[in-house]
Amino acid sequence: MATPEEKLSFAAAPGSVRERLLAIREEVEKKIGTYESSKSLYEFRKVILDNRKGRIAELMQIIREVPKEDRPAVGKFINELKEWATVRFQETDERIRKQELLKKNAAEDIDVTLPAEETKFAALHPDTLVINELIDVFAGMGFEIYEGREIENDYYNFTALNTPKDHPARDMQDTFYLSEEFLLRTQTSAGQIHVMEAKKPPIKVLSPGKVFRSDDDATHSPMFTQMEGLVVDRGISVCDLQGMLDTFSEKIFGKGVKTRLRPSYFPFTEPSVEVDVSCFACGGKGCKLCKGTGWIEVLGAGIVNRHVLENCGIDPEEYSGFAFGMGVERIAMLKYGINNIKALFESDTRFASQFRD
Amino acid sequence: MLAPLSWLKDYVEIDVSPEELERKLFSAGFEVEELIETGRDIRGVVVGRVLSADPIPDTHISVCKVDCGEKGVLQICCGADNVRPGGKYPVALEGAQVYATARDHVTVEGLMTIKKGKLRGELSEGMLCSGVELGLSEELYPGAGYVGLLVLPEDAVPGEDVKPLLGLDEAIFDIAVTANRPDCQGMIGVAREVAAVLNKPFRLPALDYTENGEEIDFSVEVEAPDLCPRYLGHYVSDVKIAPSPAWMQRRLKLVGINAISNVVDITNYVLKEFGQPMHAFDLADLRERKIVVRRAKPGEEIVTLDEKTFALNPENLVICDGVRPVALAGIMGGLNSEIKESTCGVVFEAAKFARDNVRHTARALGQNSDSSARFEKGVDEWSTEMGMKRALHLIEELGCGRVSKTAARFAADPSRVEPRPLKVSLGRIDGILGVDVPREEILKSLSALSFAPEIDGDTLSLLVPAYREDIDDHAQDIAEEVVRSWGYEHLVPRFLDSAQVTPGGLNAGQKKLLKLKNTLAKAGFYESIFYSFFSPKDLDMMHFAPDAPERKAIRIKNPISEDLSLMRTTLLPSMLNAVVRNLRRGNTEGRFFESANIFLADKLPLESYPEEHAMLSAAAFGDGETFFTMKSAPEAVAKAFGVRFTYEKTEKPFLHPGMTAKILLDGEEVGFLGKLSYEVAGELAVEKPVFLLEMDAAKLLGKLTDELVYRPVPRYPTEKRDLALVTPEETTAEAVRSAIASSSKYLTRVELFDVYRSAAIGEGKKSMAFNLVFTPDDHEFTAEEIDKIVEKILRKLSHTLGIELR
Repeated sequence: MATPEEKLSFAAAPGSVRERLLAIREEVEKKIGTYESSKSLYEFRKVILDNRKGRIAELMQIIREVPKEDRPAVGKFINELKEWATVRFQETDERIRKQELLKKNAAEDIDVTLPAEETKFAALHPDTLVINELIDVFAGMGFEIYEGREIENDYYNFTALNTPKDHPARDMQDTFYLSEEFLLRTQTSAGQIHVMEAKKPPIKVLSPGKVFRSDDDATHSPMFTQMEGLVVDRGISVCDLQGMLDTFSEKIFGKGVKTRLRPSYFPFTEPSVEVDVSCFACGGKGCKLCKGTGWIEVLGAGIVNRHVLENCGIDPEEYSGFAFGMGVERIAMLKYGINNIKALFESDTRFASQFRD
Repeated sequence: MLAPLSWLKDYVEIDVSPEELERKLFSAGFEVEELIETGRDIRGVVVGRVLSADPIPDTHISVCKVDCGEKGVLQICCGADNVRPGGKYPVALEGAQVYATARDHVTVEGLMTIKKGKLRGELSEGMLCSGVELGLSEELYPGAGYVGLLVLPEDAVPGEDVKPLLGLDEAIFDIAVTANRPDCQGMIGVAREVAAVLNKPFRLPALDYTENGEEIDFSVEVEAPDLCPRYLGHYVSDVKIAPSPAWMQRRLKLVGINAISNVVDITNYVLKEFGQPMHAFDLADLRERKIVVRRAKPGEEIVTLDEKTFALNPENLVICDGVRPVALAGIMGGLNSEIKESTCGVVFEAAKFARDNVRHTARALGQNSDSSARFEKGVDEWSTEMGMKRALHLIEELGCGRVSKTAARFAADPSRVEPRPLKVSLGRIDGILGVDVPREEILKSLSALSFAPEIDGDTLSLLVPAYREDIDDHAQDIAEEVVRSWGYEHLVPRFLDSAQVTPGGLNAGQKKLLKLKNTLAKAGFYESIFYSFFSPKDLDMMHFAPDAPERKAIRIKNPISEDLSLMRTTLLPSMLNAVVRNLRRGNTEGRFFESANIFLADKLPLESYPEEHAMLSAAAFGDGETFFTMKSAPEAVAKAFGVRFTYEKTEKPFLHPGMTAKILLDGEEVGFLGKLSYEVAGELAVEKPVFLLEMDAAKLLGKLTDELVYRPVPRYPTEKRDLALVTPEETTAEAVRSAIASSSKYLTRVELFDVYRSAAIGEGKKSMAFNLVFTPDDHEFTAEEIDKIVEKILRKLSHTLGIELR
């Protein structure tokens, strides 16, 4: 780009005009480097370049004083000066703005390692986190969610579940009684009966809920949470149960986790099984978590006892089903490594604040 | 259930290690909770023969030379009074581990490791041991109770480990027997399962005897066959009461029973062997020489063996002689007919008593025994018959009496001791398990369990052993027996192949509740879960009036403690207790919520299902919290569900009278919030501000639709105006806000953003600044139009509330 000087040709302008043009030019040259703020530069620019009151605009007045034949040339000289000044101001302004921004940025420099402003953002209870995760897994398999009552009667909690009054299995669970008939449910299985009475197969239901047993020591809480699942349809077998549990275990405990069934006993299922998952901490080699066995007991399950189906008016010759139940706290404790069941019901801020969705 | 390996070997050949057997039992449904090794603490103790024992003068100590076979001849100092040259004793070598005893040489005080040392200047290279030091007692090994050296048999070989010799290598299985298998509550039942898992033959113990005793007149009458379906009584004459032999004492001790006398030990032995409780009466005490099994008469009394007196009622079953009760059926014998040193005639009882009745009586009287525990689990009548035979055989084997022909019996259903024929469909078994089980596996597993299986086409014919009362008449039971023998590892997992597709997931109500919880979590409140029960003290803590509905709580009949005895009628006490607990632990701030049910009874005691009503509680505590930070909880909910709550002052017995509001939705109360009162805070020694909230979640969620309807974005720009209004101090923000909001249809937002008081405004007055947003409908507003609307609003405010623009 040509320098303004090279372009300026008003040295050839008539004497007085030339002097005035040079005077403006010199003033700009002399002062423009002294400005440090874009705001004061702008003020100076107005003095020189304001369209009405600027020094260059004023210069246009003298056009009238020069002879008519010189006027186009003088006009051209003035325009040249204007263009030159405009460019000078623009360049200077850019330079100043750049410096200003540098200063501003430098002034606003911060310690990025200072703590963030805290958003008070809490979390759901670990039991709820586990329940939500389970619901997510089972909802995808077509399970509805049914939450039964915490206060049940003897029939739904025991008798209908193939556990009549004198049955020794009642000793497996120490029951809180509210009256001869009413009690705090000892198992979410009570909900199975309500579901099967209200709904005919195909049934796929998941029932999370609080259950109660008169047991209060280091490893037992008088209230805890169970998650019960029930499937009733045609041709349901133990193989279906295990297939579903395999899927469940992989989704909850991680890929590659396997299940193992072993015989057990519950009054309302037959065959009944305890279900172990291969230890997700050591991969089945044996560690502290699995007590060296490579397996962790997570739930009980089985094929629904035909008497239970009959009690609900479902024909056991046509339909069969499986049920499974697990302790939500147990899963939560395994999953998060919580070592004390009581901590789940104390709401200590130092406990609660460790969880997140 | 404790089962010593050596005892099980009486009935089945066991050629695998205890650990291997444990694994096999586990796979068959019998979890070994603990595998106990009797001598697990004893190490490095061998047989030693004392060659010489030279007393150190003026001490009780002798310096002995002891031949320890390949371990060499050691010098050992010994203070026992029964050390003699030529005798064989246990020698704890250097580095051995034995029990340490107190000065009495009897009380065990932990373990000790043997070191070489000097005693009275003499080198001692080991220790000669007593029975107690090896963990033995007189019952476990004859002579082990002596306070001195344990004398080993003449044929003991010096240098050999003493553990096999002394039975210290015994493995005892502590087996968890499930409630459906009472037949495995005895050695015989466990041995049958062991035989099945090892595929070895099972053999019954000797049951034969000769009836050569004195014959007498004796009868049994059962007046309550429903409570006693089988009763056997058998007379044994010429009884000589004496200690039972060492082998029997040892076995009983291994399963936790102390020896008493031969006759009593036989009854306990049969209890442990066959799982059949037995009782022995002294014939001399049986008046009229008869047994009558009947319900007790009201107020009838019995003194049991442990010298406790019980007043009975007709719900209790008693065994009587011709005149009076002589035993509490299935629970404990009477003191009046117990076996004594002088007893010379014994009537053995083996019976089946109904488990629910034994259970009921034992609970009601608070009187439990090994026998009642056993009956409560269920005894089968086959074992009743076998148990009596075994007891009589043992009488003869132990030579402690003569079995007579005199026996009387009752059986409501004599066939209960015979195997029961059962036919099931193989197809059903395959269907339940989900695989076609190889037929030879079915035959193999059921044969091993003595079900005598035969297959004809789809029909599986079985003879169910009489002791398997758990087997119902259906394929499910048999499928279970087959799969637990065959192994679950043979099943092929599949994913609900035949099941129909069903729609799953949360319903609308469940989704709303989850959203409510998530909203509160996002607002900084951690979810809590508390027990569904609380304490009567909690109601007092909250200052509830004596007739407050919260006090009408359902009571648990058998609570763990009074503090956990009432079903909650409000969630707040648990929440407040959690706050107090946190503060006491030094957690100075926090926010919590709980979503749970309260329990509302129409009538107490309960006659029908009570209402389980969903509630929500929340708390915020700590220096940074105010009424308005607490209010952010309901406001977050309102925002999440697109509704507006209104608030009105109210009072609660436990909240600050000036800082308590009820929360309304569409004019209906849905909850309240407020600051904990100074009174309650003082009583709980709480120094930080605490704010509480409780909402009726059921009512609230019923009103929230969570439906969202889109409104088109306004075509014309909205206009904003701020109004600062001077009002009397008592005028509420809500009163002004709603007055403004209802004054123009173009107002789409009215929000308070500042409250200001100053001398310039005047005493008893305040200035409230509102931000107003106007949204035009069909044209762009001009400033004049807005001014007009504002003027209208101000006129209305001036007119209705006496408010002026500042």
